Amino acid sequence: MTASSPRTTPSFPRTSPPTAVGGAVPLPMPKFAAAARSALADTGQRRSLRVAVAAAREREAAAAAELSDWDELRETGRAVGDATLLDLDAHLETLERAVTEAGGTVHWAADADEARAIVTGLVRAAGADEVVKASSATLREIGLTDALADAGVTVHETALADLVVRLGDDEPSHLLSPALHRDRAEIRELFLRNMIMSAPPADADSGSEAGDGTASDDPAALAAAARAHLRERFLRARVGVTGANFLVAETGTLVVLESEGNARMCATLPDTLITVAGIDKVVPTWADMEVFLQLLPRSSSGDRMTPYVASWSGVTPGDGPRAFHLVLLDNGRTRALADEVGRAALRCVRCSACMNVCPVYERTGGRAYGPVHPGPIGAILTPQLRGVDGAAEASLPYASTLCGACADVCPVKIDIPEVLVHLRGLVVESRRRRPVPTPELALMRGLAWTMADPRRHETALRRGTRWARLLSRGGRIRRLPGLLGKWTEARDLPAPPAESFRAWWTRSRT
Amino acid sequence: MTSAGGPVGAGSRAEVLRRVREALGGARGPRPPVPRRYARRLTDAEAGTRADVLALFTERVADNRAAVRHVSADELGTAVAAALWGREARQIVVPADLPFGWLAELDGVRALADAPAVDIGTLAAVDAAVTGCAVAVAQTGTIVLDGGRAQGRRALTLVPGYHLCVVHADQIVGTVPEAVERLDPARPLTWISGPSATHGIEMVRVEGVHGPRHLEVLVVED
Repeated sequence: MTASSPRTTPSFPRTSPPTAVGGAVPLPMPKFAAAARSALADTGQRRSLRVAVAAAREREAAAAAELSDWDELRETGRAVGDATLLDLDAHLETLERAVTEAGGTVHWAADADEARAIVTGLVRAAGADEVVKASSATLREIGLTDALADAGVTVHETALADLVVRLGDDEPSHLLSPALHRDRAEIRELFLRNMIMSAPPADADSGSEAGDGTASDDPAALAAAARAHLRERFLRARVGVTGANFLVAETGTLVVLESEGNARMCATLPDTLITVAGIDKVVPTWADMEVFLQLLPRSSSGDRMTPYVASWSGVTPGDGPRAFHLVLLDNGRTRALADEVGRAALRCVRCSACMNVCPVYERTGGRAYGPVHPGPIGAILTPQLRGVDGAAEASLPYASTLCGACADVCPVKIDIPEVLVHLRGLVVESRRRRPVPTPELALMRGLAWTMADPRRHETALRRGTRWARLLSRGGRIRRLPGLLGKWTEARDLPAPPAESFRAWWTRSRT
Repeated sequence: MTSAGGPVGAGSRAEVLRRVREALGGARGPRPPVPRRYARRLTDAEAGTRADVLALFTERVADNRAAVRHVSADELGTAVAAALWGREARQIVVPADLPFGWLAELDGVRALADAPAVDIGTLAAVDAAVTGCAVAVAQTGTIVLDGGRAQGRRALTLVPGYHLCVVHADQIVGTVPEAVERLDPARPLTWISGPSATHGIEMVRVEGVHGPRHLEVLVVED
């Protein structure tokens, strides 16, 4: 009866065994390069990804080009973001006061554990055993769906792509289009298997894999099936859970942009509405929305305006939920805030424009970046929210060619390459004092020792040259031995000349 | 801030604020000014006259895959009836304060006034909703509802499959900043730019996922 398939083993090991409400969020464990390997090997998926992001890129570029004041809007977006962060404490307190005055309740969660516990407690207090949930990276970040499921609450994913991801027991691959890695035939398959749609009446055994030959895989038919499937769940739901795009401090107003109507449903039909939002979503005034309501739609879907923008302040008698709870989430954001360079990432409005222009993303897709924040922005956000101690987080700042295309399109002018380089520095720094140095660090230390003394340097040069020439074939070295072999995995090395410059100098001057 | 469930999160209020203050440090330096050099009005090139603004609105609504027609005030009743007839709507829901004249020409269509509030099952069963709006934006082809006169509560324009919206010409502004200025954020707002749509499958656009499948706008020129 539920939209969820039996949860199978996740493809990546978890950090710690899943427990009840306090359980760990599933985290991406492999390093970026390892996680990207399977996506890179899938040529079919690479082709569809390339087509999809190219189309999105064009739509966004056209939408931005249409406004003659686009650069002025971006500059204001940047400045509002920076100014907000500098007084974040004051804005949060203003927001809390305004939401409370408008009839809402504000909760504060220091981390994902606490956010899950708050939401689970609120759902229980409302006496509900199921919730309708709108798409939100923040809800995914805190692992809410699994926590509620563990607490015996059925979670209905209501965005079409989220439903697909959930049915396939996957990680999302794109911020705006999380099921980008599934084609229509696979989605039809998932829908049939989970009884979201049935095969034509000619075939009695609608759920079986063998008998689904004629059910349409036309996207319109699939969307219609999802609409019918979710409709009754919306109508009976007593609790809705959503994220938010913006929190207007001055007026206590929450703003959500979406196109399907499912977030409006979640925010309007149930008796109780629970919204979880990062503390970075605050903007100071309602007037600031005139900037972000132009920047975000054009940068994300390439629409002049997203089909639906819904906003509410607390509760409105006779219209919508009777109880409204806002959960403000830190979960690493203050860690990012403490870094004067890295905090720029907190300006992010989650538009996904950086993904669609990224040459790395275009090839690897989103899942290699981990489950929450894909693409270039994820490469700077995830290591900051979670720290760079883990190998996976530490690999993300390197998942880039530093070409700068992301910075050029960012509607709030986040200089992603600058932050990437800064984070690479932090990664190296954090490993400097480890008891066992990284191979790279050991090599660099060895080199430093060798080159610090002219005699050592010359000896090493002489010997190295001899060995290198032995390894070469036709003037090129195709494979270096041992750990150095990683260098030659993707490139050849020219063989060194028979005589070094230093040797020649000494010989010809004496 | 401590009602149901409050105490759980209240515990971390001080902690989160402390972390924010610690992250920002004691001396935060001068606040850089926020430049606002973007356009607040349409330029003459975009729309020099009032007629141009209306024409732009019409063009952009159509771009958003909504049907749009211009009618005069005395044609409105007929136009509403014709639009509903065109979609074969037999039963519709309307806000209780919808001007009577808008529905004067209905023939064979049952209109339910949302007072007392119709239950959700009924709302899901009706064919259409007819409302007015608070503001409309020419540059983006957007209508904005704020629950005010002739608009009703939010569910009315969300659950039925077809939304027919009447826009008076004087409600149309040029730009998003003008609309934001006119709207009161204390009211629940819904900005609508076309029918419900998804790019969820292969980034192909499909209309009518959860919200209304069809949006039609009647622009009344007085």
